Amino acid sequence: MTEFLFFLFSATAVLSAVLVITRRNPVSAVMFLIVTLFSLAGLFVLLEAHFLAAVQVIVYAGAIMVLFLFVVMLLNLGHAAAGDFRGAFARMLAGAFGLALAGFTAWMVMGGQAPVPGAGGARVADPILPLLEEHGAVGAVAVPLFHDYLVPFEVTSILLLVAIVGAIVLARKEAP
Amino acid sequence: MSPVLIQIALLVSAALFAIGVVGVILRRNAIVIFLCVELMLNAVNLSFVAFSRLLGIDGQVAVFFVMAVAAAEAAVGLAIIIAIFRHYEDVDVERFDLLKW
Repeated sequence: MTEFLFFLFSATAVLSAVLVITRRNPVSAVMFLIVTLFSLAGLFVLLEAHFLAAVQVIVYAGAIMVLFLFVVMLLNLGHAAAGDFRGAFARMLAGAFGLALAGFTAWMVMGGQAPVPGAGGARVADPILPLLEEHGAVGAVAVPLFHDYLVPFEVTSILLLVAIVGAIVLARKEAP
Repeated sequence: MSPVLIQIALLVSAALFAIGVVGVILRRNAIVIFLCVELMLNAVNLSFVAFSRLLGIDGQVAVFFVMAVAAAEAAVGLAIIIAIFRHYEDVDVERFDLLKW
């Protein structure tokens, strides 16, 4: 069952990602990216990252994608008739670059270049499941976040504040 | 969770990242380019979660920071796109050549 769901979510994620870059209409592209994000949330659940799956659905698919959709509709881009694909040279460049990148990373993973413990059949202790049993799905992430990563967490709040102020300054009517 | 499935998750992550790169090169609509950047960020998130399954919870904490940076980037980027649209009445990146040599 786990394997079936894993392959289902993986195939859905990759297929709708391909549809994101091939649909002419930006609204369709946003919708298919939402499908990809939901599939990734499913993969997060299967990889025992339950809280991140919830955050993925609420923050990414819920908030950020609504922001994208809002801007697409605000700028009235929903009926792009001509399409915005580049010419033949850029298509060949994109295909070659994408295939090279995918091939290289696949070789890194499959050829044992990436540090995957236990890939050769060795038994390793599970690092996540004891934490989930001790602290629960939220606490397993919250304990390191508020102890080891407290300063980066606070810096993130400043980053978000700067982003809010910057967005308001950039998008208001009169010239800044 | 067998290591084979984690390798498959890493392969899916690689494929999503490559698709995002192809989209950035292929499209001219600034918003679709932004969507492809989000796709690449999510591919990296999947890598973080897959490695955290093997190496500890720190990978999942890193995903939080990636999500926060992605949210900030989306807000500022979309504000820039709105400002540029007011000026050019278009979101085609080939028309934004004011800073080009």
